[in-house]
Amino acid sequence: MSGRAVVMDAADVHRALVRIAHEVVERNKGTGGLVVVGIHTRGVPLAGRLAAKLTEIEGRPVPHGALDVAMYRDDIGMRPPQATHDTHLPFDLAGTVAVLVDDVLYTGRTVRAALDALTDFGRPRAIQLAVLVDRGHRELPLRADYVGKNLPTAPDQAVKVRLQETDGHDGVVVEDGPRKAVAS
Amino acid sequence: MRSRHLLSAGDLDAADITRVLDTAAHLAKVTDRAIKKVPTLRGRTVCNLFFEDSTRTRISFELAAKRLSADVINFSAKGSSVSKGESLKDTAITLEAMGVDAIVVRHAASGAPWRLAEWVRAVVVNAGDGTHEHPTQALLDLYTMRQRFPGFEGLRVAIVGDVLHSRVARSNVLALTTMGAEVTLVAPPTLLPARVEAWGVAVSYDLDAVLPKQDVVMMLRVQTERQRAGFVPSMREYARLYGLDARRLELMADHAIVMHPGPMNRGVEIAADVADSLERSVIADQVANGISVRMALLYLLLGGPEVVS
Repeated sequence: MSGRAVVMDAADVHRALVRIAHEVVERNKGTGGLVVVGIHTRGVPLAGRLAAKLTEIEGRPVPHGALDVAMYRDDIGMRPPQATHDTHLPFDLAGTVAVLVDDVLYTGRTVRAALDALTDFGRPRAIQLAVLVDRGHRELPLRADYVGKNLPTAPDQAVKVRLQETDGHDGVVVEDGPRKAVAS
Repeated sequence: MRSRHLLSAGDLDAADITRVLDTAAHLAKVTDRAIKKVPTLRGRTVCNLFFEDSTRTRISFELAAKRLSADVINFSAKGSSVSKGESLKDTAITLEAMGVDAIVVRHAASGAPWRLAEWVRAVVVNAGDGTHEHPTQALLDLYTMRQRFPGFEGLRVAIVGDVLHSRVARSNVLALTTMGAEVTLVAPPTLLPARVEAWGVAVSYDLDAVLPKQDVVMMLRVQTERQRAGFVPSMREYARLYGLDARRLELMADHAIVMHPGPMNRGVEIAADVADSLERSVIADQVANGISVRMALLYLLLGGPEVVS
């Protein structure tokens, strides 16, 4: 039998995002020049929520967009082609501080692809990384600037982030093997 | 994708076709960027192996491959060892030895891509074989239709003209019927293939009667290079009976569109003012969409693990 543990419920997810928003404001001394970019799939709704929270805190609109990294992955040719999505960045990236948002930080390979993808659209002044869950096991020299929850996991566990917008409810669940973890 | 090659539009099921069209819609955005290129197929080599003349298909495949960062070799029979009598098989073995990952092939012989696929490990894409099939044209045509119409179920499409010699018609019939469209072939009896009833589509000899009911009217090129046998008495008579002119355009429903795979014989199967009609003609869209659809295909066929056989 495989185990299944709820590690964050809807309230935890909400509190983590509120805290991250305040950390972003503190670190950047406001939200001037800030844009929020979500990585498909679940980074996109998280980016929308973070941008809304930032807008609320500082009282001035913070734009957000969506980034697809399928065409930039380093495992193309090693597994079946990944589904593509629309990249939508309704702002000029040049000179901005872009906060990349994803649900789970794992090997770091998705973030590496996102850095390449983002750079093709313009040159931000700085890029920061916000994730809801950092589950460890990095394969690249990357770290997140803002973390909702640090979650020590085994490589054969699966971390599943569920969001209202994509799954009908908020929460984070850890499932034990035998399946290889799917989050990246 | 169910098949590792793209030889026939009939190899694709509805899910495959939908995936190609969805992926193409995402990749179309690459063309709008400042940097019109993604690194997806870096280090992969695509060979355009063209034994027949082509402008738009070859350039479209070349641009599609380059926008995905693949290396491209353009091989045309003219000026190659083929003009010294080298066979398709020897040409294929040579390309294989040079390590190409995909071969986009156009050949005058129907079935040539199937033979090629037996000889090489590379992915083979049929870019037109004789009078048989042209699956990427069908896919870009479906993509163009989907830009204008919500879906294919019940979509009424007339394919008009030289069906007998048309690889575009064959591939479109296969893809459109897979997606649930209602296809009507319109042609003089001499330009319809034998046993066309078995295609599972409607057939008519009367263009004027068919036009008012259609959502899409696809005009086929009269293949003058394949007309030696005298299938029609004269081009003038053909134009009068089966050409799409301004009068016939008026017979079409207000929302209906005109398509043509090109190159056009203006004044024969399509009048110049119809081809250039801004409200009706989507012919320029077809060309632009060809690049996105071929990018999607190359990504879906080459973006997976190499098959060891």
